[in-house]
Amino acid sequence: MNEFNSTISSPILSIENLCIAYEQGKLAVKEVTATVEKNSITAIMGPSGCGKTTLLRAINRMYDLYPNITTKGQIKLFNESIYDMSTIKLRRKIGMVFQRPNPFPTLSIYDNVLAGFKLNGIHLKRSERDEIVETSLHDVTLWNEVKDSLHKKGTFLSGGQQQRLCVARALAFKPDIILLDEPTSALDPVATSKIEDLLVNLKKQYTIILVTHNMTQAARISDNSMFMYLGELIEYEKTKTIFTNPKDSRTEGYLTGKFG
Amino acid sequence: MNSDKVLKSVLFTASLLILLISGGMVYSLFRGSMLSFHHFGWNFLISSHWDPTQGKEQYGALPFIAGTIFTSVLALIMAIPMAFSTSLFVAEYFHKTRLASVVNTLVDLLAGIPSIIYGLWGFYILRPFIVEIGLNPQGYGIFTSSLILAIMIIPYATSLSNTTIMMVPNELKEAAYSLGATRLEVIWNVILPNARSGIMASYILAFGRALGETMAVTMLIGNANIIPTSLFSTGNTMASVIANQFGEAGGLQLSALIEIGLLLFLITTIVNAIGKFIIKKIV
Amino acid sequence: MDLIYNNIKINAAGTLPDQSAKRKTKDHLFLTLVIFFSAITISLVLLIIGTLVMKGYHQINWAFFTQIAPDTFQAMMAKISGKVIPGGIANGITGSVYLVFLSSVIAIPFGLLIGIFLYENGNKRYAGFIRDITDVLQGIPSIVIGIIIYLWVVVHITHSYSILAGSVSLAIMMLPLIIRSTEESLKMVPDTLKEAAIALGTPYYKVILRVLIPTSFSGLITGILLAISRVLGETAPLMLTTLGNPVINWDVTKPVSAVPLLVWQFYNDPNMVDLIWSSTLFLMGFVLLLNLTSKWIASKQQN
Repeated sequence: MNEFNSTISSPILSIENLCIAYEQGKLAVKEVTATVEKNSITAIMGPSGCGKTTLLRAINRMYDLYPNITTKGQIKLFNESIYDMSTIKLRRKIGMVFQRPNPFPTLSIYDNVLAGFKLNGIHLKRSERDEIVETSLHDVTLWNEVKDSLHKKGTFLSGGQQQRLCVARALAFKPDIILLDEPTSALDPVATSKIEDLLVNLKKQYTIILVTHNMTQAARISDNSMFMYLGELIEYEKTKTIFTNPKDSRTEGYLTGKFG
Repeated sequence: MNSDKVLKSVLFTASLLILLISGGMVYSLFRGSMLSFHHFGWNFLISSHWDPTQGKEQYGALPFIAGTIFTSVLALIMAIPMAFSTSLFVAEYFHKTRLASVVNTLVDLLAGIPSIIYGLWGFYILRPFIVEIGLNPQGYGIFTSSLILAIMIIPYATSLSNTTIMMVPNELKEAAYSLGATRLEVIWNVILPNARSGIMASYILAFGRALGETMAVTMLIGNANIIPTSLFSTGNTMASVIANQFGEAGGLQLSALIEIGLLLFLITTIVNAIGKFIIKKIV
Repeated sequence: MDLIYNNIKINAAGTLPDQSAKRKTKDHLFLTLVIFFSAITISLVLLIIGTLVMKGYHQINWAFFTQIAPDTFQAMMAKISGKVIPGGIANGITGSVYLVFLSSVIAIPFGLLIGIFLYENGNKRYAGFIRDITDVLQGIPSIVIGIIIYLWVVVHITHSYSILAGSVSLAIMMLPLIIRSTEESLKMVPDTLKEAAIALGTPYYKVILRVLIPTSFSGLITGILLAISRVLGETAPLMLTTLGNPVINWDVTKPVSAVPLLVWQFYNDPNMVDLIWSSTLFLMGFVLLLNLTSKWIASKQQN
């Protein structure tokens, strides 16, 4: 894997020997080292409980909220350690989309897109707000569907639309990286393919790290893939390579459906 | 099955008891107030004249209505910072820790303390303290009673608030954190808007509780049949005037006191109904 | 940091580093306030309970439980000579026990039946109506209930202040609590148990007696204990219905004393001050004990 890491031409995020423990002595993520390429879609896959979501959440320091979880090791964004910057700053550079769509139910669609600004107390002119909302919703191909109901609450939208709204919300700050935690597992196939097309489009401007329980999704849209098992990073390769020629027998076992 | 039918009628008949009691109460309150109402009409509500001397009896309930409302409103205002903070402490900041459950149990204990004990504590400990720090020479009055009332209603204000705050889905909070919000911002922008109705309902119910409180207030309010004019003036509430005068009242005075009881009944029922209605809408 | 959206440059410069610090400060400040006010609340609880314990414990002795309340002269003599006031609150304790026992006898059967009724009829209109009225009943100030029972029992039935009147008023206060907790406890019994019994051809009343009630027993007990602890400390309705009695009385149509009433009596008499603290400590200790016991039972049930 160190070889693959060194082939990354424009690294944006480097994870070094990351260990995450939930309780004393129980490691959920063991010594993961990986470099993520800019403007790529990197998929993290593996069977349930392999640590992929745990790894993802460490990248935007969600564990600061849960004091019983300890992390060791280093994560650097553009060569700056994420532990050296404030979480406020970090989370503007790294956005997150969750497994189940979670637009804020008390806010309108318009306000949901701008939620990041509102929460951070940033005041924008009306024209700026309109611009951000329209651009973000266009970027997630939701604009035409909701442009006439921007001021309605987002909860009447379908699951797929809600999820796209959540992506738009995460995009508002134009982060460097977008983290997605199984974003389509709660959606139907049509909505899923819309999100997948969206992600392929977005990678021109953003770097995407995607945890997926569905290996065919990884095969469809990702450039690079990580396979994790029992907390370890078993294999990390270009997606094409990992699917056609996996080096580790465990990877092969997973990909051929022998387990997981 | 026959026994099933019998069972059904037994249960149904039992349920009638509730109707009987409540209907009977309303009826008796109205009937008992009739005498007073005939004498004073609607004036009863706006007159401050309360004179039990034989021969020229005059009764007006305004001072007591005012006293009840002032003390309860003031109590709610004083209780809110403490109740709100404790709710956030238990349901958000220290949620699921041992500290939080200890704090929660302690606050719940407040609800178990009988009213007369609050009154005694207020009389023997709080009142001298207030006199000592110079707020008021006697220590009786609206302020002292409201303060005791505030302490009494804190547990009522916190219990429902806690539940509502804990019901805000974790995912919403995480979404806000992932956008860079601080804890305060998550509380203000996510938890509060989503828990707002429940919190309001709990304060309304706490208010309803304060309205009907008798013993503690009776012992601290000074029992003056006047409309309170300042924070430290003495006064009387509907509940306390009944407690004080019912024992020796007869005839017209008794009817006047019953009419006050009716008023108290109506006000508390309406306030509680509003609170319960809000709760129903959330669930 | 500038954001560029098409041709509009969103200028958030200057807000990033400074805002961070300001927001963090606000965040910490708020937490401090929350802890501060919570600490005040807790201190109040401890203060109140602590005062009672400290002031009351030395007057508690064997006589406290077995002798009736002293009259004011005896108390005054004791106070002057600095001795412990003679007598105790036996008349109050027996009165309270009698009252609560009688009101439980009245309230528990009806409370259970109505609770079962509500459980059986779930969300039907009439049941919903009864449930709402029960809630109303629960919110009625205790003094208003005192007025009602005065009119119903004291005036019309016993023609005097009486134990019966006191018990009925306490029973009405216990009723909504028992009804609601019965319904909630029954709802927690898994449907599969009920269905299994019915599938065996058991008549429904037996299902209730043999399956539903035993399974939800601790919940029912909790509700009853809580209701009892609630009425043990009630003073206002008793002032209007049983008034008090200097001697122990077992006649249901005559007045009786109760611990809260005695406390009120002592409060109104400056010689009895010391006795107040011990009686209050006893009352509160008992009430809190019941309270905590029922909560403990409830939490055992959850596990």
